[in-house]
Amino acid sequence: MNRRQAYEAAERRRALSIAAVSTLAVLAAIVLLVPLAPGWPAVRASFFDPAVFAQTFPTLLQAFLIDVMIFAWSVPLILVLGLAIALARGARRPAFFPLRIFGAVYVDVFRGVPVVLTIYLIGFGVPGLGLPRPWNSPYIWGTVALVLTYSAYVAEVLRSGIESVHASQRNAAICLGLSERDTMRYVILPQAIRRVVPANMNMLVALQKDVALLSFIGPVEILRQAGIYKSLLANFTPYVAAAVIFLIVTVPATRYADYLLNRDRDARS
Amino acid sequence: MWKLMCTAGVMTALLTGGALAQSCSDGKTITDGKLTIATGNPAYYPWVMDDAPESGKGFEAAVAYALAGGMGFAAEDVVWTRTSFDQAIQPGDKDFDINMQQFSITEARDRVVDFSEPYYTAPMAVLVRGGDDLSPALDQLKALKWGVVASTTALPVVTETIAPDSSPLIYDDNANVVEAMKANQIDAALFDLPTALYLSAVVLDGGQVLGQFAPDATSDPDHFGALMVEGSALKECVDAALGALKSSGALAQIEAEWLQEATGVPLIR
Repeated sequence: MNRRQAYEAAERRRALSIAAVSTLAVLAAIVLLVPLAPGWPAVRASFFDPAVFAQTFPTLLQAFLIDVMIFAWSVPLILVLGLAIALARGARRPAFFPLRIFGAVYVDVFRGVPVVLTIYLIGFGVPGLGLPRPWNSPYIWGTVALVLTYSAYVAEVLRSGIESVHASQRNAAICLGLSERDTMRYVILPQAIRRVVPANMNMLVALQKDVALLSFIGPVEILRQAGIYKSLLANFTPYVAAAVIFLIVTVPATRYADYLLNRDRDARS
Repeated sequence: MWKLMCTAGVMTALLTGGALAQSCSDGKTITDGKLTIATGNPAYYPWVMDDAPESGKGFEAAVAYALAGGMGFAAEDVVWTRTSFDQAIQPGDKDFDINMQQFSITEARDRVVDFSEPYYTAPMAVLVRGGDDLSPALDQLKALKWGVVASTTALPVVTETIAPDSSPLIYDDNANVVEAMKANQIDAALFDLPTALYLSAVVLDGGQVLGQFAPDATSDPDHFGALMVEGSALKECVDAALGALKSSGALAQIEAEWLQEATGVPLIR
């Protein structure tokens, strides 16, 4: 080890120890100061009751399977519809102008309305038209509402990806004699989709959380199950338990999205 | 003359009674000389008429004013506010003295907040739509798809007493249950009897109350109590005033005035 390396190692050690000390100080402040608040015993009893946590956790975990299920069948639909909308918005021929208008209106509407409202309007509105069972199930129409909303977001992400592919790629493909369709399919889309994977991962994390909003129209998933326990036990600990379950799933997903982003950035630099 | 003497006598009795009660609640309310009463948002018929509790019309509004009078507050000293269920049971200081929105008194809730003596015992009733081919028998009810409001004690009754073949759907409030019924997503819903009667008569086209459960059919019948903050100094005053209303027959009179049609609904066996 030469002098310079030794110096850098010492600097790293110093930075690490400062970070550790400041983190510990913040944690100690939280642990010591929060319980000093006059209402802390009441808050602890209402939000952090270990007995309630243990009692409700297994059922909440089971209810979370419903969230996962809805998520699982929504994702492919969202990706397909999102891609279709993105392509409609990017259609270049004059004859396709109505498609472009439709795509723009669609994205504006579904990005502009809060998810909860879309879920209410579609989840109660469409079945109200008199569909027979099982076609009026809140699971179906709740999923439709989620797919419509999220495909608008995903379409915008994909479109930004398509537009980020350099014009020279398109020109080169045309010079090679590829048709417009093939250019899109073999040259542009593969690059575009790869570029927006991290952004779409973030979308999926947001979707996983918004699945809980379907509880407004009937399904008993984790958020509703926690709410039921809350009103039975007059205690908010089930909500904390539900939050913990969500974090177990979403934290790794967000970390993975960050990792992909960093990897992309490093590959480009 | 006779009349005048009587009136004077009654007035004196009222005033002295009021003065005594006034001394009970002195300095125990959040605003001195005012009684702040919370109700739901929105508040429903027949508990509160036209969502306007200050009119004193509707069962809970009338009971609230009778209570306030018994505690020595004039009608103009009653201040109304609105809370959700969650705001009523959360820890910390409350912005109301008493809260009346059909809170069922349960043991678990009683550990977190204080309840007055019950002011109404509500039987559970089944609301159906166009149920001409149904009879109020338990085995028929098992085959139906049920809907329930999440924060009520109707859910344990459905799951334990009726035990339907398919799991019930859960909603945030009465309006959503009715909407789900109109959309044919559920066949039947469980409410307290007065609410069920109102929904069948006014809100739900073709709605009817199929039957009511005898109060002893459930493990603990639904007693509605006024909710106060845990350890409330007001509890003794509220209970004393309620006791007076019960023994004088005034409470029964208010019940007859606003909830009289609650009889004549068949029992479910």
